[in-house]
Amino acid sequence: MSVALERKTTRSSAVLVVQIISVLICIIMLLPIVMSFFASVKSPAEANLSPPNYFPIVYSLSNYAKIFSYQAGLGVYVWNSLVTALMSIAICLCLAVPAGYGFARFNFAYKEAWFLLLLSTMMFPFQALLVPLYLMFAKIGLANSHLGLAIVHSIIQLPFSIYLMRNSFEAVPAEIEDATYVDGCRSFTSLRRIMLPLVLPGVVTVALFAFVNSWNEFISALIFLNNENSFTVPILLVAVRIGHMGAIDWGALQAGVMVSIVPCVAVYLLLQRYYVSGLLNGAVK
Amino acid sequence: MSLTHQPRTGFFYVLPAIVFTCVFVLYPLTQLFYISLTDRTLLGGGHYIGFGNYTRAFADKAFWQAFEFTILYTIFLTPVLMALGFLLALLTVRNTGLSRFTRGVIFLPVVIGLASSSLLWVWLFDQQVGLINRVLMDLNIISAPWTWFNIFSRGFAAICFSVTWKVVGFGMILFVAALQSVGRELEEAAIIDGASYWQRVWRILVPLSRRTLFLAALISAIGSMLAFDQFYIMTGGGPRGQTFTSVYFVYQNSFVFFKLGYGAALSIILAVFILIGSIFQMWLSRRGATA
Repeated sequence: MSVALERKTTRSSAVLVVQIISVLICIIMLLPIVMSFFASVKSPAEANLSPPNYFPIVYSLSNYAKIFSYQAGLGVYVWNSLVTALMSIAICLCLAVPAGYGFARFNFAYKEAWFLLLLSTMMFPFQALLVPLYLMFAKIGLANSHLGLAIVHSIIQLPFSIYLMRNSFEAVPAEIEDATYVDGCRSFTSLRRIMLPLVLPGVVTVALFAFVNSWNEFISALIFLNNENSFTVPILLVAVRIGHMGAIDWGALQAGVMVSIVPCVAVYLLLQRYYVSGLLNGAVK
Repeated sequence: MSLTHQPRTGFFYVLPAIVFTCVFVLYPLTQLFYISLTDRTLLGGGHYIGFGNYTRAFADKAFWQAFEFTILYTIFLTPVLMALGFLLALLTVRNTGLSRFTRGVIFLPVVIGLASSSLLWVWLFDQQVGLINRVLMDLNIISAPWTWFNIFSRGFAAICFSVTWKVVGFGMILFVAALQSVGRELEEAAIIDGASYWQRVWRILVPLSRRTLFLAALISAIGSMLAFDQFYIMTGGGPRGQTFTSVYFVYQNSFVFFKLGYGAALSIILAVFILIGSIFQMWLSRRGATA
């Protein structure tokens, strides 16, 4: 066998090994979610069986029915999570889009110092701010409110959002905007009409990360929401996990886990491009 | 006329973000420091006690146990995540269909919440209904179902395993980007020199991605130092309080026992430690990048 041919065969066998490992890893990564799904469509009795079955003998939606009527009803909790996430998106965009525009397109006194100040809050763990925020919210009537929680979620997300919007605006060639000025546009009109469509990918990325962060955030939701009807989905699920008098309804819990991960997975599948580019933008530079 | 001659307009655009940050970050920060000097509880109090909370924290064995545990968790998990993430990046770096699909699948758990994934894994590891015990028994690895969270080492392993599943894709995505920016020429030159694949990885790809490696390690380590969700949900700090993390300990004191003054002091100590740690790691990475 010639050397070239030998190299070719070892190479194609290496490719085969890579392919086999890839498929195995895909299976391992997907298995927990798939098994949780199967548990969620077992009958309630079968979902609490010990030792457990791998796959349902009888398929049933009763676990979903249970979780949808749990306490105030899952619809209420999903709504709470959605409202909080939408408010957090709104806050992040209303603050970060103008700020990114201002930093990218104007010169003003101490500009870089202000930029650094806004970004440096990222260095300080927000978990350490929960005590003063808790007291402050109690004083100004934001305790146990979704707006208060959305503000906390926005605190986490704002530095990244401003950073990303500044980069987005800086990537737009200055000539495009200068042309609008010749036409007599004021800067706000120019931002709204000309710039915003051009930085839309940045806007989508900011909204996407604000949504995922808010939908999944746990510790501040646990602290700030103490009325059962105002819980967000993760807090409700923890209540299900604690169970009634030591008895945990595992089927209902896995149905709840499915409901909580579906929006994130859907958003990820739809906007994967923005997700990965946003991550690289935020982390690497 | 260029835009850059309107100094006030620019500041006007930035102002809302500055106001928000002042009201909801900087002002609470000053309050945090002030509260930490008082004996405030939820019911009131709030008498100035100087640095009493701090001296108490430094003498609090439970706090140091939680802190040490958090460091153990971070030191154990970060290298695992970096090494696995890098290997997965090597596996999926080519832009073939299967590689991209695998990358997408590995990244998938990153987008779901840590609370959701912990609730999923606490079920998988459950002694009675968990599938992990079922698999291990079917494979004859164990003879009776294990209780995972009543024994420190098992609970620790279970949490590390589930967190690895959840976040390993984060490092991988960063490493794929770093690897793809390494020029092909360098690798091809090494191939001609007869370097084996693992020699090329170790001598060329790892050194050229070290900036990204340091950065991913920093982000990952900070995340581990602030771990809360997975321990709150999976171990509840047990067994015997051995898996309380720093943030969990602060949470307990502040929002379960409502010792707000003490909690504030603990928060500051924790934040300072993390700040020092990140500065140290950034210093290391800068040295590593120039060396």
